[in-house]
Amino acid sequence: MTTAETELKALMVASLGGDAASYRLLLDRLSGRLRAYFKGKLARFGRGATEAEDLVQEVLLAIHLKRHTYDTGEPLTPWVHTIARYKLIDYLRRTRTAANVPLNEESEVLAHDDNAGAESSHDIRKLLGQLPEKVRCSIECVKLEGRSVAEAAQRCGISESGVKINIHRGLRSLAAFISRETKIENG
Amino acid sequence: MRTDELVAMLSANVEPVERGLVGRAIAIAVSAGAVIALGLMFVGLGVRADITTTRAVIFLLLKVAFALVVVGVAVRYLTRLARPGAQQGISPFTIVLPFAVIALLGAINLGNTPSAHWNSMILGDEWLECLLSIPIIAIVPFAVTIFAVRRAAPTNLVRAGAVAGLIAGGLSAMAYAVHCTTDSLPFVAVWYGATIVLCTLAGAALGPRLLRW
Repeated sequence: MTTAETELKALMVASLGGDAASYRLLLDRLSGRLRAYFKGKLARFGRGATEAEDLVQEVLLAIHLKRHTYDTGEPLTPWVHTIARYKLIDYLRRTRTAANVPLNEESEVLAHDDNAGAESSHDIRKLLGQLPEKVRCSIECVKLEGRSVAEAAQRCGISESGVKINIHRGLRSLAAFISRETKIENG
Repeated sequence: MRTDELVAMLSANVEPVERGLVGRAIAIAVSAGAVIALGLMFVGLGVRADITTTRAVIFLLLKVAFALVVVGVAVRYLTRLARPGAQQGISPFTIVLPFAVIALLGAINLGNTPSAHWNSMILGDEWLECLLSIPIIAIVPFAVTIFAVRRAAPTNLVRAGAVAGLIAGGLSAMAYAVHCTTDSLPFVAVWYGATIVLCTLAGAALGPRLLRW
């Protein structure tokens, strides 16, 4: 097992336990690796850096929304790689290019590219604006302003469990918006 | 949107995640599917009239056991398919085993019987009813199973759809067995086997459309 795998897996296990600092570090590390992976893959299809960033963000959202499917008894790298490859194929299919991505390249998903300030083509404020009022309020309070769930519940006028459900629902809609947007722009 | 903004947003106030959610969701869905299939059988077809005879009970148990083994193996495989990159769990090859065993038993049974009886042993009186009932009863259990898989993260959608269809077909066959009065191994091998395979193929065809995420 490589050091990267050991380190990332430890961060993931802590994240699943609710450790936000570990989770932030994990997503940060993974986004660098995913960026290098997608840039390399998309270059073969003559696609640019913005498209790679769209995919990085789509996969980060997918990792977040599907993190309950990671079994801590298994290594993390294949889990991330399978999601990244699935989203890449889905993206290429959506944007109508023949998908031809070889298997067995788990090490490539551990490549490096630390351009954390890289931008995708998505405008999060615009996307948030399309969400229902209570959903947007929950995400803004907890996820953008960093308030507690209790505070958000008071501000948005809903229960605490309502805030949690709204955040999950909202992030799911964001993921759906992002994949639809890329389809319209490039399709 | 900058990626570090997204990372900050996703990690802000992150909630702990419960363990074993995927396996539990699939187990609940399949149990619900079994109850629904049995309910439909009771209402639509009814329990076989000769249920009190020993022969009927033996064949009923045999058919139910076959269906349950099919479902049990498929559930374990589906739990693996629903998690990206999962390496633990059973191989797809195991799924074929219960079908191979029942086909072998059916063939041995035919071999020990004069060929004049073969026609009635294979076709029985109700092959058409069996062929229609199992796929129809399978529809709702299929929908429930697909719903559970959608909440996980399948990445091979054709295969995950196929195994969901296989589970639904198996649950339906289990329920139909309580009604079915044709007590012959070749009949079970051919018609139960074929209808379950039919459900599997339907699941494979529907998988990519129903399971995409």
